[in-house]
Amino acid sequence: MSGENPASTTEYIQHHLQNLVYGKLPGGFERHTENGTEVLAADTWTMAHGATEAAAMGFWAIHVDSMAWSIGLGIIFCWMFRRAAVRATTGVPSGFLNFVELIIEFIDSTVKDSFHGKNKMVAPLALTIFVWIFLMNLMDLLPVDLIPKVLMLAGVEYQKIVPSTDPNITMGMALGVFVLMLYYNIKIKGFGFVKELTMHPFNHWAFIPINLFMELVGLLAKPFSLGLRLFGNMYAGEMIFILIAMMFAAGAGTGLVAGGLNAQLFGDGTNGIFWLVIFIMVCGVCWMNLRGKISTGRTVLVTLGLLTVGGGVFALGGGLMQWGWAIFHILVITLQAFIFMVLTIVYLSMAHEEDH
Amino acid sequence: MELVIMAAAIMLGLGALGAAIGMGLLGGKLIEGTARQPELGPMLQGKMFLLAGLIDAVPIIGVGIAMYLIFVVAPSVGV
Repeated sequence: MSGENPASTTEYIQHHLQNLVYGKLPGGFERHTENGTEVLAADTWTMAHGATEAAAMGFWAIHVDSMAWSIGLGIIFCWMFRRAAVRATTGVPSGFLNFVELIIEFIDSTVKDSFHGKNKMVAPLALTIFVWIFLMNLMDLLPVDLIPKVLMLAGVEYQKIVPSTDPNITMGMALGVFVLMLYYNIKIKGFGFVKELTMHPFNHWAFIPINLFMELVGLLAKPFSLGLRLFGNMYAGEMIFILIAMMFAAGAGTGLVAGGLNAQLFGDGTNGIFWLVIFIMVCGVCWMNLRGKISTGRTVLVTLGLLTVGGGVFALGGGLMQWGWAIFHILVITLQAFIFMVLTIVYLSMAHEEDH
Repeated sequence: MELVIMAAAIMLGLGALGAAIGMGLLGGKLIEGTARQPELGPMLQGKMFLLAGLIDAVPIIGVGIAMYLIFVVAPSVGV
């Protein structure tokens, strides 16, 4: 967690928005490490320490965390759905099986509604896109600091656990859809695809350049907006989670008594020990209220008193805001996965229709 | 400088304005359509959510960029 001054708040945000990058640093690059400055003699493949090194790598860099999380979630998806498929019987399905059947039926009806061509691949593609993107987005609901902090203790410097907040992942998926669109356009329509690009909307040979320009812009805008929409939504959501998380830092040890004690004992650095004690005491009071040992009015009074003395009002507010945003975000992550899937189906359906 | 904050404010405000108009039209038409033909309600609602997501995307991207401007770009240029 960061302190209150803007410089370290900015650092906190930037740290959270930095991917774990593995790539090639060019020869002659000056590396600033804890042991001083080191000038690289030759091109080196290494992990980047910070944004400047990641930027210096240029093209030859890979976001290790995005790749690991997205591929890992893809494997989890395959494993889960395979397990359900192997176990499927004609009898009454159990809980998990029921859930998988629900998703597959939902995807099936959506595909039947909006895809009118003949293609065996579209429904499985839609299922993969929907569940995979949903799982990637779901990582957004884990507490922002949990996994990066744990991995930091294990020695991994940067970690972005939501792959869909990485434009490379979302644009990569959109590019995959775009390639499929082109493939089926050419396969189904053949020369008709060229005709569609040049003779539409003005059906005259003199308008070919204008038609081509308009249709090409429309064609290229599809994958671009597809990838950017998912990225933008997830990025904004993640950003708001990070901003709310900073309230905890502002709230730690700012109570009347604990703030002073904290400064006496530990200096300027924020330290959560007092806040932790207060938190446990508040939890204890609430528990006693639940068991009927203390009246509700007294519980509220004692809790407010503890928070005033020990700090934690900000943390409580921050916690409530995290919950609120997370609940709203459940809608967003499902909706974005659904939209990506529906638009993929619609684009592929357009590729299968002969007349425009 | 302060222009960064102003840019973020305009971005948020205009984005919210456009999305609000869009959402209002969308919700109004959904209710109209459902009132005329109640049996189409579930189908229309599904389509409404899809379009709501499409409308929602642009302002939410704006919110993300505005937050980035306010909390990362603005401090680093020294507001």
